[in-house]
Amino acid sequence: MKRGGSHFGDRIFKWLTLLMALAIFALIALIGYELAANSQPSIHKFGWHFLVSSDWDPTNDIYGALPFILGTLVSSFIALLIAVPISVATAVYLTELAPLWLRQPLIMFIELLAAIPSVILGLWGIFVMVPWLHAHVFPFLRSTLGFLPFFRGSDYGPCMLAAGIILSIMIVPIITSVSREILRSVPGLQREAAYALGATHWEVTRIAVLSYAKKGIFGAVILGLGRALGETMAVTMVIGNLPQFVPSLFQPGSTLASWIANQFTEATSDLFYSSLFELGLVLLGVTVVVNIIAQLLLKTFAGPGVKPQH
Amino acid sequence: MTAPNHQWRQSKDLLMRAVTLACAILVVMPLVLVFYHIVKEGFTSINWAFFTQLPPGPGENGGGMANAIVGTLILMVLAPLVGVPVGVLGGVFLSEYGGSRLNWCIRFAADVLNGVPSIVWGLVVYGLMVLAVVAPFRGIVKSVDVANHQVTVQNRAGVTNTFEVDAKTRLGVGEARQLRNLKTGTEVMVWYHDIQGTHIANRISPTSLWGLFTAAIIRLHNSVSGFSALAGGVVLGFMMIPLIMRTTEEVLQLVPGGYREASLALGISKWRTIVQIVVRTALKGIVTGALLALARVAGETAPLIFTVFGMSGWPHRLTEPMEALPLQIYIFAIGSYPNWWRQAWAGALILLLMVLFVNIGVRFLTRDRFKNKI
Repeated sequence: MKRGGSHFGDRIFKWLTLLMALAIFALIALIGYELAANSQPSIHKFGWHFLVSSDWDPTNDIYGALPFILGTLVSSFIALLIAVPISVATAVYLTELAPLWLRQPLIMFIELLAAIPSVILGLWGIFVMVPWLHAHVFPFLRSTLGFLPFFRGSDYGPCMLAAGIILSIMIVPIITSVSREILRSVPGLQREAAYALGATHWEVTRIAVLSYAKKGIFGAVILGLGRALGETMAVTMVIGNLPQFVPSLFQPGSTLASWIANQFTEATSDLFYSSLFELGLVLLGVTVVVNIIAQLLLKTFAGPGVKPQH
Repeated sequence: MTAPNHQWRQSKDLLMRAVTLACAILVVMPLVLVFYHIVKEGFTSINWAFFTQLPPGPGENGGGMANAIVGTLILMVLAPLVGVPVGVLGGVFLSEYGGSRLNWCIRFAADVLNGVPSIVWGLVVYGLMVLAVVAPFRGIVKSVDVANHQVTVQNRAGVTNTFEVDAKTRLGVGEARQLRNLKTGTEVMVWYHDIQGTHIANRISPTSLWGLFTAAIIRLHNSVSGFSALAGGVVLGFMMIPLIMRTTEEVLQLVPGGYREASLALGISKWRTIVQIVVRTALKGIVTGALLALARVAGETAPLIFTVFGMSGWPHRLTEPMEALPLQIYIFAIGSYPNWWRQAWAGALILLLMVLFVNIGVRFLTRDRFKNKI
């Protein structure tokens, strides 16, 4: 017996929820449209030259994105270099080696680290981390690795290296928790087989677990990279905000995100705003590509549904 | 009979245990250090004045962040109004309806949206809600009437508007800021920071329906900067949508299929089954998901730079710029006055406590759910 009323209600509800779910695509279209449309003046004037030019000259209305693209890549690379070994090791510790009573508290701590707002981390970065680095770490690096062009020259605190370090602090939680999920989803059979063959605890982890989870862990790393590329506030507070890209990591620089935030209040002309939008478009392109790669790696990893992190 | 390299393998095992433990400690350290410093620096600056007074000017002493706190609270009301209905209903669709291919696409898109940097969201809503309001004021100069202090501008939509440019009005353009030096064909933007909306609307001579529409918008907004609390609420709400959609879907999936089947077997229609049985069962999880998303966007600063922009006074209208806690912290932190830095620490303490309170509270309330998640 079909009651016309509830059938109607079913249809309405289904379409309502479908509409809301399709909002995702509407948002994607909106993002693409707004960035592309508002970048038009800049794209029209500079074309591809925008991506390889290092001129940033507001008085003459000339803009180029190269220092920021390179700055974004370098700061994220430094962050990965620091964060990946530490995160994966921590994930291994949490899933394989830690005593059971310690696991939940540690996991909670790491998720709380992820919850710290970027601006607060940046505040701590300006007043605590950077002075400490300037006083203790940078001189040490200068004296030991000063033969490399990266560690040459003096610094006054805010610099590319500081940005890389604070980025690493921010991406450690996400790499750790996704890696943890990956490691957890490795079938117990793999471990048991290795134990049965007489492997030590660490050997089981290295041979049976990590090699199985390689693809997933790589996905976790790429996810962290995606996060690092787009990070704005903490970076803009410790990177020094100069539109330059120089070999020395002790020198200030900028990333795409930090420069947009920094210059927005200074923008005067239409072309200036448009160039900032174009920087945003470049940033969006890079972040989306990286995130898609990460999601594909994680979703096709042969394990039960890994919950993607924010 | 042990293997010949047994000693070496055992010591390697011990070494790796130590190394991974050290890494775990290294990971926890920043959280501890950050918390320690914020409490240490911020605690002394927290007093009654902090919660009741407006921000100090450059070089001034005292003051507080009362307007910023109110601003953040306003955003915490506006953002869920946008984010929760869309996110929850969308999550319902993903969980209860839809073909597997469509749902896979939506899920994938939502996960990619979660990775969009917050500053990009800020630019997008800036274009959508701020620039759209000031669009009539940006364009090419068609004619300049220096004697009558008027300039006629044709905006990108082809609409021509005539503005009276008096002493309080600014013309934004690369070189020529004086009416006298303005050439036809130059790109300008007419800024009216100090004049009220109705004044401006009266001075616009719209030559089209769109011009009338934008004049009405100006009157409604009462401000021509375009920045507004609403825009801030919208951008934070947009950021919440993909988060809430995914968490809602996951929680709904945990509801046993038997509930749905029993309900349908009793003759209850599908939508009622979903709303009154499935969602109600999962309500706690949905609420915690929404709260976590809210805590996440509460601390965002970059999108707010482009939408609420900041203001030194109390918020008056939703269509005007406003201050918010993360924004105020940022402005003071990069400033040059020690009193501002003290204020920033205090603000950071409040913000951190807010965010941690929600996160820990949520974890506490759902602890039995997490007992198996080791």
